[in-house]
Amino acid sequence: MSLVGERTEIASALPREVAYAEPSMAGPGDFLALMKPRVMSLVVFTALVGLVVAPGHLHPMLAFFALVCIAVGAGAAGAFNMWYDADIDAVMARTVDRPIPAGRVEPGEALAFGIVLASFSVVFLGLIINWLAAGLLAFTIFFYAVIYTMWLKRWTPQNIVIGGAAGAFPPMIGWAATTGGIGVESVLLFLIIFFWTPPHFWALSLFRMDEYARAGVPMLPVVSGEAETRWQILLYSLVLAPVGASPWLLGYAGLAYGAVAVLGGASMVVLAWQLYRAPASAAESVAKRLFGISILYLFVLFAALLIERAVGLQHFGSPFGLVLA
Amino acid sequence: MDQEPIEPGIVLTEEQKRRRRGRSIAIALALGAFVVLIFAVTLVKGPAVLIRPM
Repeated sequence: MSLVGERTEIASALPREVAYAEPSMAGPGDFLALMKPRVMSLVVFTALVGLVVAPGHLHPMLAFFALVCIAVGAGAAGAFNMWYDADIDAVMARTVDRPIPAGRVEPGEALAFGIVLASFSVVFLGLIINWLAAGLLAFTIFFYAVIYTMWLKRWTPQNIVIGGAAGAFPPMIGWAATTGGIGVESVLLFLIIFFWTPPHFWALSLFRMDEYARAGVPMLPVVSGEAETRWQILLYSLVLAPVGASPWLLGYAGLAYGAVAVLGGASMVVLAWQLYRAPASAAESVAKRLFGISILYLFVLFAALLIERAVGLQHFGSPFGLVLA
Repeated sequence: MDQEPIEPGIVLTEEQKRRRRGRSIAIALALGAFVVLIFAVTLVKGPAVLIRPM
């Protein structure tokens, strides 16, 4: 038997993807896309706020290192998500051009990429900063990749409610990086993002409902209808507004933050109410406005905390701060 | 002599070569950044670089 014939026989016995492996067409930009840079930027920003507002001091270089680890960990979670959800991504217009459904990156490449990123980020955050922060980062990656992506997303319309915890952990990781512990304030920051996630994502899912239905993802509007979703958005916004103001109400943030939180929270509630009352013809535009405002709300809220800390006004003007102190 | 011609194996297209080069450069830059980062952290933490709270 000739060598060529032998090779052909071996190839036919191998799994298809091994026997006919094509050279990779992935560019660096594709691997960057696997890390979901937009989500990553929000993670880094909220982690930065947790890290800065925490009591104590972390050398700027170490703070930067911690943020890089958190960013890379978030990127790993994104890569795991894209690896597992490639079938869903392929049937949704918003995600069809992602590296795996577009055929530029093989699923195995994305999985390996995620494993390497997750391992490096967690191990080095633990070795250089502390193991509590590393443990929280590891749990966040696990929660997003396994609990949310593999389990909740395809199983229950409460997927983004419970799964939202994954996006809420970064300020706690930042806080833990500075203090080595978990404070009440960091739990409040967690709760803000946790209660912000449902109105934010359900607003998005209202105007992407057809795509979610086609992909078989049981988002709330697909399973329970638009009316129920609008009602749930209103309920969560009503919870979010006081939770958003709680750092000020409990004396952990200053007057500027309080003003931003009250105004922002009121805007969210008003928009959620408008969405709840909107006729079907106007619902999509209101949902899009709520989606956009929700991003702005979270950004401004966390930016206010950061600015207050930078100018030293975080304990000025808190209504119950003196009582609690 | 009954020897079949040697197969050329997988021949990369120009686009595939370009992308491979892009990946190689990105890996080199990432490794370089990692080394610089660890070096900088070592300077900050000093000899006790791996002593940290559990």
